[in-house]
Amino acid sequence: MNAPGAALLEVDGLNVGFKTSDGLVRAVTDVSFRIDPGEVLAVVGESGSGKSVTALALMKLHPRSAVISGTAMFDGVDLLALGDADMRAVRGNSIAMVFQDPMTALNPVFTVGFQISEAVLAHNDVTKKAAWARTVELLDLVGVPEPRQRASQYPHEFSGGMRQRAMIAMAISNDPKLLIADEPTTALDVTVQAQVMEVLREVRKETGAAMMLITHDLGLVAGAADRVQVMYASRLFEAGAIDDIFYDSRNPYTRALLGSIPQVDSERTERLLAIPGNPPSLLNPSPGCPFMPRCSERVERCTEELPTLLEIRGREHRSRCHLAQELAPISEVLP
Amino acid sequence: MTDSSTTKLEVDIAIATEGLTAEPKSFGKLARERFFKHKLAIAGFIGLVLIASIFVLGPWLSPWAFDEPNVLNRRAGPSRDHPFGTDTIGRDLFVRTTMGGRYSLTIGALVAVLATLIGTLLGSAAGFFGKWIDTVVSQLVNLVLVVPAIIVLSVVALRFGAQPVGIAVVLALLLWTRIARVVRGVVMQFREQEFVMAARAAGAGSGRILFRHILPNVFGAVIVEITLLIGLAIVLESTLSFLGVGVKPPTPTLGNLVFQAKGDINSDPIRVLLPGMFIVAIVLCVNFLGDGLRDAIDPRSRADEKE
Repeated sequence: MNAPGAALLEVDGLNVGFKTSDGLVRAVTDVSFRIDPGEVLAVVGESGSGKSVTALALMKLHPRSAVISGTAMFDGVDLLALGDADMRAVRGNSIAMVFQDPMTALNPVFTVGFQISEAVLAHNDVTKKAAWARTVELLDLVGVPEPRQRASQYPHEFSGGMRQRAMIAMAISNDPKLLIADEPTTALDVTVQAQVMEVLREVRKETGAAMMLITHDLGLVAGAADRVQVMYASRLFEAGAIDDIFYDSRNPYTRALLGSIPQVDSERTERLLAIPGNPPSLLNPSPGCPFMPRCSERVERCTEELPTLLEIRGREHRSRCHLAQELAPISEVLP
Repeated sequence: MTDSSTTKLEVDIAIATEGLTAEPKSFGKLARERFFKHKLAIAGFIGLVLIASIFVLGPWLSPWAFDEPNVLNRRAGPSRDHPFGTDTIGRDLFVRTTMGGRYSLTIGALVAVLATLIGTLLGSAAGFFGKWIDTVVSQLVNLVLVVPAIIVLSVVALRFGAQPVGIAVVLALLLWTRIARVVRGVVMQFREQEFVMAARAAGAGSGRILFRHILPNVFGAVIVEITLLIGLAIVLESTLSFLGVGVKPPTPTLGNLVFQAKGDINSDPIRVLLPGMFIVAIVLCVNFLGDGLRDAIDPRSRADEKE
C-alpha cells in the first residue's frame, strides 16, 4: 500500500454541464474528493444527483455535449486532460467499470468467454489461448460454476446474477487499481444483490483494487464502504467515514435519506418516511441551499446563501449545511 | 458464495467431471442445428439448389442454342424435342428459360452483394458516427430515392450497352438505399445499448465497437432485407427489359421472356407462366432461406424450441 496521503484518485473542482436549448444544465458542480488505494468510497444520492455523471466523466464516457472542467489526478496523470488514445489505454486497464444492468451490458451475439477474453486481449499482448485460459480463471474467481462450460455460453444462457459476475470478471481482467461500480446491484433481486456484493468484496481482496461504489441504497453502503459521500442536486452534501455518516450525520439531507430506510423492527402501523418534494431543476439554480424547500431544519439564511462544505471536528467529515455544527445528535432524531 | 473454499471445491468437481457434462457447442454447429430445424428454410435451400442446377445444366444438356431461330417451328407447344415449346421465331424455350435463369440469378446475386456492401458501409457510418456523416448519407439516400430508376437505367443502357453486369451494377447503385436505411436504424439503436458503453469502458475504440460489437447484431435484420433485394432485383430487371432498357434480346432473362410472350397470353399461356413461375419460385425460396438464416445466426433463438 502507498504511503498515507498518496491518493489513488484525487478529483478537484469537477464540473460537468450539459448544453441544452434552455441553457447549461449543471449535472456536477464543484465536486472534489479522493480515493485512497484499496478503499471503498460509496457515492450516494437520488436519481439525477450527479453521481453517475461523475463516474462517466472520470472515464471520459460522458456524452459529447458535456462541458467539463476540473482535474482528476489518477496515478499522477490528469484523466480529464488525457487524449482519446491514452484514455483508451486507461479504460478497462487501470480503471474498470461495472455497469448497472448486466442484461444489456453484454453483447447478445457473442459468448461470455469471448467478451471477457477480448477485454484481456485489448490490453495485453497474449495469445488467444492464453486469454481464454485467463477468462476461465476469472470466471472461477467470481464464482461462476463450471467456468469452462459457462465461458462458451451466450449471455442469454446466464441468469442476472451470473451475468453480473461475468461483468465483474471482465472488469477485473486486467487487475485494475480502481473499480467503478455504477449501481452494480440495482437490476438484481435482493438475494442475488448480497451475492454480488460478496463477489465484489472477494475480488477486491484478491486484486487490492479500490472501488467507487455508486448507489442509492444506503443499506448496501453500510456493509461495503469505508467512506461515504452524499450528493444532492449536482453537489457534494456530506462526506466522511462510514460511521460518521451513519451515526453522526451533520446534514439534514443525509438524515432524511437514513430516515427513509425501512426498518424491520419498526411498528407495522408506521408509515415509511419519504422526503417530501422533488429535487430542484439543475437549470438556473437558485442562490440558496438546493435542499432548502424540502428541508425540515431550514432557517432564513438557507434561502439566500448556499452553505459551504464545512469541515467538522477536524476529521475527514464535511457537510454542506449552515447548521452542521448545531444539529441535534442523530440518535435523538432517528429511532 | 460466502465461503470461497466451497466454490473452489465445486469448481474442482466441475473440472474433474468435465468429460461427463456436455461440451458446449460451437457457434457454427448451433447455427447449423437451428437452420436445419427450420423446415421452410430447408425447403427454400433445396428449391434454390434445384433451380440453380436446372439453370446450369439445362443449356448444356439441350441440343439447341438459345439464339438459334427456326422459322418453320414457331410458337410450338411443349413436345419431346422442345419441352417448353418454342417462341415467336422458333427458338427453343427450354434453353432460353434456363439461360435466362442464369442471367436473372446472376443479376439478383450481384445486386444483393453490391447493394449490401455499399448500404452497410454507408448506413453503419451514418448510424454510428451521426452528425455530418449522417446528414450526408441521409441526403444521398433521399437523392437516390427520388431519382427515377428507369431514366437513369435507360441512359446508362444507351451509353454503355445493356450488359447483364452493367445492369446489375446500376441496379445496385439504386437499391443500396434500402439496406442503408435499415442498417442506419439498427446501428443507431444498438449504439445506445449498454454493452457498447461497456466495450468503451473496457478500452475498445470506435472501429472495434462498430465492426466487432454492433455489425454482428445488425446482420439478422439485414439478411431479410438482402433476400427481398434479390427478388426485387430480378423483378426490376424484368420491368426494365419490358421497357426495352434492360438486358437486350437475344440474351434472355426470365423477365424479358415473360414480356416477349405477353401478346400470346390468351392463346399460349404456358410461355408466360413457365418463366414467371421460375421468378416466383426463386423469390419465395430466397425469402424462406433468409428467414432460416436469420434464426440460425441469432444465438438467442434456440434449436430445441420446437421439440
